[in-house]
Amino acid sequence: MREPPAEPMISVRDLVVSYGGRRVLDGINLDIARGETMVLLGGSGSGKSTLLRHIIGLEQPGAGRIVVNGIDLASSAHKDLQKLRRSIGVAFQNAALFNSMSVADNVALPLREHTRLAESTISLMTRMKLAVVGLAEFGSYSPQELSGGMKKRAAVARALSLDPEILVFDEPSAGLDPIVGAELDDLILALKRAFSMTVVVVTHEMASAFRIADRMAMLYQGSLIAVGTKEELKSSQHPRIRQFLDRVSDPIVDAHKIDAFFEQYLKGGLT
Amino acid sequence: MANYPNEAFARQQVAMITSVVEYLGKGTLRHVEYVGELTMQLTAAVGSLWRTLPFAGSRSRWRSTVRQMLAVGVDAFPMVGVMAVCAGFILAMQGASELRRFGAINLVIDLVSIGFTRELGPLLAAIAVSGRSGSAFSAEIGSMVVTEEIDALRTMAINPVEFLLAPKYLAMLITLPCLSILSDACGIVAGGLFMLFSTHMALGVYLRDVAQSIMLRDVLLGLLRSLVFATIIVQVGGLEGFRVRGGPDAVGRSATAAVVKSTFLVILADLGFTAIFYLIEGK
Repeated sequence: MREPPAEPMISVRDLVVSYGGRRVLDGINLDIARGETMVLLGGSGSGKSTLLRHIIGLEQPGAGRIVVNGIDLASSAHKDLQKLRRSIGVAFQNAALFNSMSVADNVALPLREHTRLAESTISLMTRMKLAVVGLAEFGSYSPQELSGGMKKRAAVARALSLDPEILVFDEPSAGLDPIVGAELDDLILALKRAFSMTVVVVTHEMASAFRIADRMAMLYQGSLIAVGTKEELKSSQHPRIRQFLDRVSDPIVDAHKIDAFFEQYLKGGLT
Repeated sequence: MANYPNEAFARQQVAMITSVVEYLGKGTLRHVEYVGELTMQLTAAVGSLWRTLPFAGSRSRWRSTVRQMLAVGVDAFPMVGVMAVCAGFILAMQGASELRRFGAINLVIDLVSIGFTRELGPLLAAIAVSGRSGSAFSAEIGSMVVTEEIDALRTMAINPVEFLLAPKYLAMLITLPCLSILSDACGIVAGGLFMLFSTHMALGVYLRDVAQSIMLRDVLLGLLRSLVFATIIVQVGGLEGFRVRGGPDAVGRSATAAVVKSTFLVILADLGFTAIFYLIEGK
């Protein structure tokens, strides 16, 4: 007999987000189960980063409901929201490391702020987190001295600082060469296996997405056009999904429009 | 339209008037919004101050405060000192050029000592610090907004105002009054040097006369002004930084805006203080 499905870790219902009159997200419904790796795919301007920002609590929804680990983001008390934030680790696209501190101090920051652990314990835990991402010897470096890939790994170490239940990556492979990008994918897979975290990744790198995802959700112009397993998406015949997967460009130049423009110009019809 | 040839003109006039009203309305709303944000930020900063103190709060916050005191206060000593000496000479010379016509050149002593302790000392220190530190705060915080570091703080359940602004605020509340005293002292010494060169008055005599004309009340009121100026400089610098949207050019604009707005508000606050004390004294 099948067990009833467990409560999803992250639940988005009818999320609508508008910026300056423009609908960026139009009625998003998405469930992310505990322990699964969900990849949010989409082109530029599809709304995937906006969706991510709402899930991690950086923005309030205009309409709709977001429930993360049982906490409703719009209506919960500040204390509960802060507690939730401590259970989510976020690795930002540009690492967002604090340049005024060393790498080790960056990773130790959440521990120093939210725990009363002794400095020696914090130091040990920091070294462990850095070792997990392969930066054990780089604790004393300042962020400017690291390469792009190392910065991203340091950001992951910082996200792991408080042993979060949910790990979020915003464009982890952006700006990285394929080898370093693959290293980061391996890191995500290793973390998944070791810690059974719920992982949410926003990316448009297909190879990376198919490697790490359990399920994928594709956004197009603010709407979810597909949610499913890797196989379901690969075999989908939806034109936009096929275009995205097969790397087919949209026509950028509309020859007719340009012809019409010059005709009108030559006739002196433009003021 | 054919029946009313002036209708188009009338429509144009109405459009002009409504656009002026719209402009005024939008401007007012923007300023009200700014004041509101400033107040909320100030409340958050004041509420976080106790966590910045050495024994009650966290040790890393206090270390951050000490670093800020060095940057904002100690490093500003030379600049504030030189400005105060120059202003002291200017005040003494301008005063003397008129007072000597009445044979009252000794009143320069009162002019410099009261002028500095009541007014110029705190004001000069505040203007110097506003230019130096107000812009630095907004540029630092603004570039953190652009690189998503502020978002990172929020996702780590760390309040950016408490983490970034409160140490700067406490540091400024401690150091700006000190800089005001320095400014007073330098201005008064400059006055003394002027009297030495122009009337060959011994410095010892000058300082004795200064001690007689200075009132403790004026010095304390000057320090109170410094606390208000410190609040203005830190809060405006911080708000301009937090409000940055866009890229590096927006950071640059915020630094300019921080200096301009905080200097303006400092002078406005100074006017308010002076008016209040003038009216109280008059009663």
